[in-house]
Amino acid sequence: MNDMSLVAIVSIFTAGITTAIGSAAAALGEGRAAAQALQSIAQQPDEANTISRTMFIGLAMVETSGIYCFVIGLILIFANPFWAGIS
Amino acid sequence: MTISPDEIVYFSVGPVAVSATLVFTWVVMAVLVIASIVVTKGLRAEPPLGRGQLVLEALVAFVTSQIREVTRQDPRPYLPFAATLFLFILVSNVLSVVPGFQAPTSSLMTTGALALAVFLAVPAFGISRLGFGRYLRTYLEPTPLMLPFTVLGEVTRTIALAIRLFGNVMSSGLIVTILLAVAPLVFPALMQAFGLFFGVLHAYIFTILALVYIASGTAEADKRVTERNGGDA
Repeated sequence: MNDMSLVAIVSIFTAGITTAIGSAAAALGEGRAAAQALQSIAQQPDEANTISRTMFIGLAMVETSGIYCFVIGLILIFANPFWAGIS
Repeated sequence: MTISPDEIVYFSVGPVAVSATLVFTWVVMAVLVIASIVVTKGLRAEPPLGRGQLVLEALVAFVTSQIREVTRQDPRPYLPFAATLFLFILVSNVLSVVPGFQAPTSSLMTTGALALAVFLAVPAFGISRLGFGRYLRTYLEPTPLMLPFTVLGEVTRTIALAIRLFGNVMSSGLIVTILLAVAPLVFPALMQAFGLFFGVLHAYIFTILALVYIASGTAEADKRVTERNGGDA
C-alpha cells in the first residue's frame, strides 16, 4: 500500500465520519429547537410570526455547524490539499 | 464533477477569467433590471393594477414589514440594501432549477462578496445613525473586556454568513447531480423541489441575519437612551 492510497483511505473515511457526526448533531439540535418553537406557537398562537422568524434564524445558526462539516467533507474528497504533495 | 461554477471558464480577458459565476451573476442582474423596468413602466395609483405591480408591491411590503419587525426602526434607510440582497439571492436560487443555469450563489466568491457587503454595511449604517464616536463606543459596551470577542464575533459571523449560503445552495445542486447518476427518474425532481424551498428560505435567512447584524450595530445607543429616560421618569 503506497502513500497515495493511504491518503485516499484516510480522507474518504474521515469525510464520511465528519458528515455523519456533523449532520446528526446538527439535526438533533435543530429538532429540539423546532419542537420547542412548535410548543410555544401552540401555547401562544398570536406570537406565531415572531416565534417562527426567530426559530428560522436559530435553525440557520445551528445548521451552520452541520454545513461546516459538510464543506470539510467535500474539501477532503474533491479538493484534498494532500493529494498534490504526494504525486 | 465540478463543485463550483468558478471552475467553468468560458474565456479570459487579459488577467480576468470570465467564469460561469461572473456570467450568471450578470444574467441574474439583467433579469432583475429588465423585470423592474418592464413593471415600473406601467405603474398606476388606482385600480386596475397590473399583475407585475401587485407582485412588486407585495415584495416591497413584505421586506418593509420584516425590517420594521427585526430592527424596530424606520425601515426606509435599510430597504434598498435589504431588498437588494433578498432579491438577488432569491432570483439566483430560484433560477437554479432552470437547466444549464449555475446559481452564482453556489460559488464561495459570490456569497463571500455578499457577506463582505453586510460586514461593511454594519459600520456604515451604525456611523450614519449614531455618529463615529458613539458607534465606536458600542464596541466598549457593556465592558471593554469584551472588545476582542466583539471584534472576533464580527469577523466569524461574516464567514459563517458566506459559508452557510454557499454550503446550502451548493449542496442542493450537488445532491441533484449525484442523484442524476444514481436514480435519474423521479428523485432529482423531488430534490430540486426541496432545493427551491431551501433557496427561498436561505434568501430570507440571509436578509434577516444581515438586518439583525445591522440592528445590533445601530440600536444599542437607542436602548441606552430609553433606559436613561426610563430612569429619569
